[in-house]
Amino acid sequence: MATSVLDHAGAAGIHPEKTGLWAWITTVDHKKIGILYGASAFIFFLIGGLEALVIRLQLMKPDNNLVSPEFYNQLFTMHGTTMIFLAVMPLSAMFFNFFIPLLIGARDVAFPRLNAFSYWVFLFGGLFLNASFLFNAAPNGGWFGYANLSSKQFSPGLNMDFWAIGLQILGIASLAAGVNFFVTVLNMRAPGMKLIRMPMFVWMSFITQLLVLLSFPVITVALILLMFDRLFGTHFFVPLGGGDTMLWQHLFWVFGHPEVYILILPAFGIISEILPVFSRKPLFGYTAMVFSGCFIAFLGFGVWSHHMFSTGMGPIADSVFSLATMLIAIPTGVKIFNWLGTTWGGSIQMKTPMYFALGFIAMFIMGGLSGVMHSTAPADLQQTDTYFVVAHFHYVLFGGSIFSLTGGAYYWWPKMFGHMLDEGLGKLHFWLMLIGFNLTFFPMHIVGLEGMPRRVYTYPAGLGFESLNRIETYGALILGFSFLVFIFNVIKSTRSKVHAPADPWNGATLEWSIPSPPQEFNFPSIPTVHGRDAFWEEKRAHGGKLPEPARVSGAGIHLPNPSYWPFLAALGVLLLFIALMNHASKLGPVYIFAAVSVLFFSIFNWVFEPAEG
Amino acid sequence: MDAHALHPATSTGIPNRKLAIWTFIGSECLFFASLISVYLVYKGKSLVGPYPSEIFEIPLVTVGTALLLFSSLFVVLALNGCEQGNRKKFLGWLAMTILCGLFFIGMQVYEFTHFFHEGLTMQKNLFGASFFTLTGFHGTHVTIGVIWLLSIFIEGVRGHVPPAKALNFEIAALYWHFVDVVWIVIFPVVYLMNS
Repeated sequence: MATSVLDHAGAAGIHPEKTGLWAWITTVDHKKIGILYGASAFIFFLIGGLEALVIRLQLMKPDNNLVSPEFYNQLFTMHGTTMIFLAVMPLSAMFFNFFIPLLIGARDVAFPRLNAFSYWVFLFGGLFLNASFLFNAAPNGGWFGYANLSSKQFSPGLNMDFWAIGLQILGIASLAAGVNFFVTVLNMRAPGMKLIRMPMFVWMSFITQLLVLLSFPVITVALILLMFDRLFGTHFFVPLGGGDTMLWQHLFWVFGHPEVYILILPAFGIISEILPVFSRKPLFGYTAMVFSGCFIAFLGFGVWSHHMFSTGMGPIADSVFSLATMLIAIPTGVKIFNWLGTTWGGSIQMKTPMYFALGFIAMFIMGGLSGVMHSTAPADLQQTDTYFVVAHFHYVLFGGSIFSLTGGAYYWWPKMFGHMLDEGLGKLHFWLMLIGFNLTFFPMHIVGLEGMPRRVYTYPAGLGFESLNRIETYGALILGFSFLVFIFNVIKSTRSKVHAPADPWNGATLEWSIPSPPQEFNFPSIPTVHGRDAFWEEKRAHGGKLPEPARVSGAGIHLPNPSYWPFLAALGVLLLFIALMNHASKLGPVYIFAAVSVLFFSIFNWVFEPAEG
Repeated sequence: MDAHALHPATSTGIPNRKLAIWTFIGSECLFFASLISVYLVYKGKSLVGPYPSEIFEIPLVTVGTALLLFSSLFVVLALNGCEQGNRKKFLGWLAMTILCGLFFIGMQVYEFTHFFHEGLTMQKNLFGASFFTLTGFHGTHVTIGVIWLLSIFIEGVRGHVPPAKALNFEIAALYWHFVDVVWIVIFPVVYLMNS
């Protein structure tokens, strides 16, 4: 029955959506932009994963020389930078783009062209960062770029220029998207969709945007100062000129800690959507979930110095930041108990997304517990710079964010692409990922406590690190393989002739009320919302499952026009930064003038272009 | 199609673009807060001169500050004129606002050149680096504001900013106020607290 939906639509005289390269470059449709984000981020995720595998192969045995120490520095720096800025953040952005408008009952985001601009700037920033490999000058000073390792004196090559400039480009993308989604959530909600009725994913994404808006300006300033040091010879972070290297750490972590919540809060949101649907129960403690999210974000700005216990800030600062950090365990614990409460007494359906959601809870608790261990300053002094820390943040970022994002992909795949992913392969993916993940990262707790340092390209034999490191490498290979299963699953579903129904999981939220994949205008008429779990409400009022929604003609619905100006403006941003990097060359001023011209020309044309037809 | 049908009422009742510019301003606050913090952290940490007390020309900057402050009043009057459809009031006060902005930029160019001749560069000491970065970024914001207001002025002269489109001007005015408010912090913190 579901198979005939598309044919039916063709018969009703509905124009197919435009495809082809030009349609993708000029698109302002939040769903297409979401898919672009997802596809690009997944490729960057695979690149970052390959970097991790090379790291693991290098560490498989002691005194190994698979890669040089110099290249190893580039690998771990690019692995961290890629996974944070080019994989987890844009994978979250994929879900923001595709699902925030659908979940709040809107036809698009508040600023569709700004949305396209964000994506293109992100893509160009990611390509720029990775282009450094072509010059054999990938960033090599760690994802945190500590001064004065990053200064011209100690990093004379282009490596850290690529890093400082690449992250500024990516910051522009995040800030533009932050403004856009902040306004979208506040302003574009369907009638009746009060803030306190919004799906939890929208709430957590909303809080994430706030964190982006308030923390990215700080890293932008830090990166600008670093860039000035490197390109123009200032001494912001150069001790010889009076500069203070601690200032870098403060600016970086004032951004860096909220950034951790930027990575995890969307994951919390996804889990909070999956658990109720597969427990057949509304989310337990909805308001407590909202406020604990707000509280986490608030505290997130007051704990940055727990990344700096080993810098000798003194007992008072250490104690204050210790206590503030421990406080975060309270709202996070509230969330964990509410998730467990959601499943408690529910009629649990063990579909693939549910596996990932439950796996997330278990893995995230482990990461959270080692986090509380770090918050104790004296203990942290023993753990700093060891593999114990590496274990901790992989349990929260992989065990947390990636488990949740993968679960979200299985959950929302039918809505995004109109095909179901295979359940059997999905569960195989889950078990391989869970086993591979724990084999890779659990032993890092042990070798870390035994004193194995991070960021060192090898270790001598005879310290007792050999067997655990070998196990970690096997685990990493299993983990890598699990994503091949996922890719196979995706290919299989794309080739499948069976179309997904509109509501395969008996979902609670509005995106399941429209066909899979949604039509360009999302909702033929804007829905009216009468309570939380809007679609469950609708089905209850109807007295059972609703009939499959038909594809309809969108005649009379006004949609924003496609535009290539966002793409060109993003190109202008990229050119401007490339020109800055080459400012010292003979034609430097010409490059900068040309880039600024492209940027201004694009922005002016964008502003004066009619937005709607 | 009338404008109302194209732009259905927002959930908050605040137009999207107005909410966006407020959001952007909120984010910008953190940007300038960070730059000001850097200036304060490095205050008195320069290893060599020129030092601030040797080089600042308070009277000139006071005039620039006053003009920037007045321009905030002028832009309110211009917006009021725009909303009333009073073309003369709109364009007249907008021209005054732009002139004040241009004077401020001119003052800054003069000041920077003067400091340069006195031997203060970004590379010379931490004062030079943090001062030029902070005031330079503020000046860049003023310049963007002037370009923005100038394009609205040109559109206004061509009759493209009727009262129904006053929002186009209002968001630029909000940005202009913000740039002004940042200077109200910079002026005392950088120039006056300098004993």
